[in-house]
Amino acid sequence: MSATTGPVAINTFREAVRDRVLYNLIFFALLMMGAAILVGEISIGIERLVIIDLGLTAISIFGLVMSVFLGVGLVSKEIEKRTLYTLLAKPIERWQFLLGKYAGLLITLAVNTAAMTLGLAAALFYVGRPFVRSDASILIAIYFILLEFALITALALFFSCFTSPMLSTLFTIGVFVAGVFAADIRNFGALAKNPALKGIATLVYYLVPNFQNFNAIAAAGHGDHIPASLVGQNTMYAVLYVAVLVLASSAIFSRRNLK
Amino acid sequence: MSASAIEISELTKDYRLGFWHNRVRRSLDHLTLKIEDGEIFGFLGPNGAGKTTTLKLLMGLIFPTSGTARICGRPIDDVKVHAEIGYLPEQPYFYDYLTARELLDYYARFANYNSAERRERVNRFLELVGLASAANVQLRKFSKGMLQRVGIAQAILHDPKVVFLDEPMSGLDPIGRREVRDIIHNLKIQGRTVFFSTHILSDAEMLCDRVGVLVEGKLQGVGAPSEMVSMQVNAMEILFELREGLALPATLAAAKSIGGRNHVEVPEEKLYATLDELRKCGARILSVSPVRPTLEDYFLKLAGKKPSAPVPMEAVSR
Ligand SMILES: Nc1ncnc2c1ncn2[C@@H]1O[C@H](COP(=O)(O)OP(=O)(O)OP(=O)(O)O)[C@@H](O)[C@H]1O
Ligand SMILES: [Mg+2]
Repeated sequence: MSATTGPVAINTFREAVRDRVLYNLIFFALLMMGAAILVGEISIGIERLVIIDLGLTAISIFGLVMSVFLGVGLVSKEIEKRTLYTLLAKPIERWQFLLGKYAGLLITLAVNTAAMTLGLAAALFYVGRPFVRSDASILIAIYFILLEFALITALALFFSCFTSPMLSTLFTIGVFVAGVFAADIRNFGALAKNPALKGIATLVYYLVPNFQNFNAIAAAGHGDHIPASLVGQNTMYAVLYVAVLVLASSAIFSRRNLK
Repeated sequence: MSASAIEISELTKDYRLGFWHNRVRRSLDHLTLKIEDGEIFGFLGPNGAGKTTTLKLLMGLIFPTSGTARICGRPIDDVKVHAEIGYLPEQPYFYDYLTARELLDYYARFANYNSAERRERVNRFLELVGLASAANVQLRKFSKGMLQRVGIAQAILHDPKVVFLDEPMSGLDPIGRREVRDIIHNLKIQGRTVFFSTHILSDAEMLCDRVGVLVEGKLQGVGAPSEMVSMQVNAMEILFELREGLALPATLAAAKSIGGRNHVEVPEEKLYATLDELRKCGARILSVSPVRPTLEDYFLKLAGKKPSAPVPMEAVSR
């Protein structure tokens, strides 16, 4: 990280911590504890499946909410509160600021997710199951979830560079939902008779990230092997998609007149 | 030959207004101005004149419709310029989850200091702006004047060559204003260039080598404070009390009585004669102060409107 991007990222993380964003971990811990105790009572051989499914879903929902809502505020809050005025008068380029804010939120999400992963491990330990080799798929599923956060945060950042936080939130959620149903949109496009509709469906399919590719929760629950090729493919896709979005955000933000 | 500290050439800013951005308001109109190294320059103008707009343009926060500017010889869109400058925005606001010390330390990271230098500097400047005792308080608990002080500290923390201050005295108590005047004065002694905006004539008069007056986006004039019409005294005001039972001499019939005290305005050349008369009738002199047209009157005059009756300076130096 460059000499200017680093401090911005660290400060963004510090803001999240001081604004008590990490308090969501308490809810997660309570959820995991409750689930573990409950499942322990029933104990009919599906503890592992239930705990993993629930844990990973919760990790992903908590993180997605953070990605969207903190993501759209990364830049807009600094503009609204005018904290950006003094910062941009320092020797820092606007893209460096943007990158720092983005990295700062990713650090926050990563720390948050790491803590939740420990919680999940504790819950699994509680239901009395030794860790096995196939549990690696849980870690891969979590890695995919993190890639998802990176994508969503980049989308939120991108929209917030040219629209209000309100609209940015709507657009980001819109793209996420479209991304979850990407496969259905493609199928719809294939079946549609109207050429315009076909075109739009195909375009949307190619524009939005296919979030189903990043969902390995079921595989992790069943202890299925996740192929290395999928890991490579998802990583490449996320890195490229994020790079394009951050570049576009920088280009837009660098030309923007700050109110 | 070294370049001027600030060179502004034909700088113009139009704001687009209305839902469709189809109406245009010109906030700055072909501003051309040169400020030399080591100069303290006061940028005066009524509300909405375009002072803040000018500073934001120079800081690269907004972009000009046309025109250019250079600071220390570099075009303002070169971010390297920012290593040489400090900026205090109007009504500054900072990350309120940080303490004053953390905030200054954060900003110091954008200059190349090691951690020991940063610590020393942060402490020194906290001291300078009178915030040493509030150094570890979160900024959300700071008063307006305290925020202003933090703002001044961050603007000069890295020993910038050129310092831009947008209304540095606003929100400060009399002691604070005095302190800021001293700070600006010290910057001059260190050979730095200071460009600050203000409404307050007396501040400009006390500090500036030159002032420029902006009205409705147009520069009306630049010169030493003493050259400005509005700085000339056009009357003296005397405040006095009469002993009980004594009457005013006929020559002082114009005196007005407010709250048991009398005050009268006389032309400067009649000051001593009037004081003699007051002495003769046994009046007690409470104060003698110069009456000058206010900045507003000056602006109104420039804008071609009829000025109102002069009022004492203090009335505008809020
Ligand atoms: N973001 C903006 N959008 C539209 N118009 C603006 C914007 N910012 C400023 N203006 C207009 O530009 C003009 C100049 O404003 P500016 O803030 O530069 O004045 P100023 O001299 O700093 O005034 P003050 O003494 O009140 O601080 C005003 O007419 C204002 O309405
Ligand atoms: Mg202003």
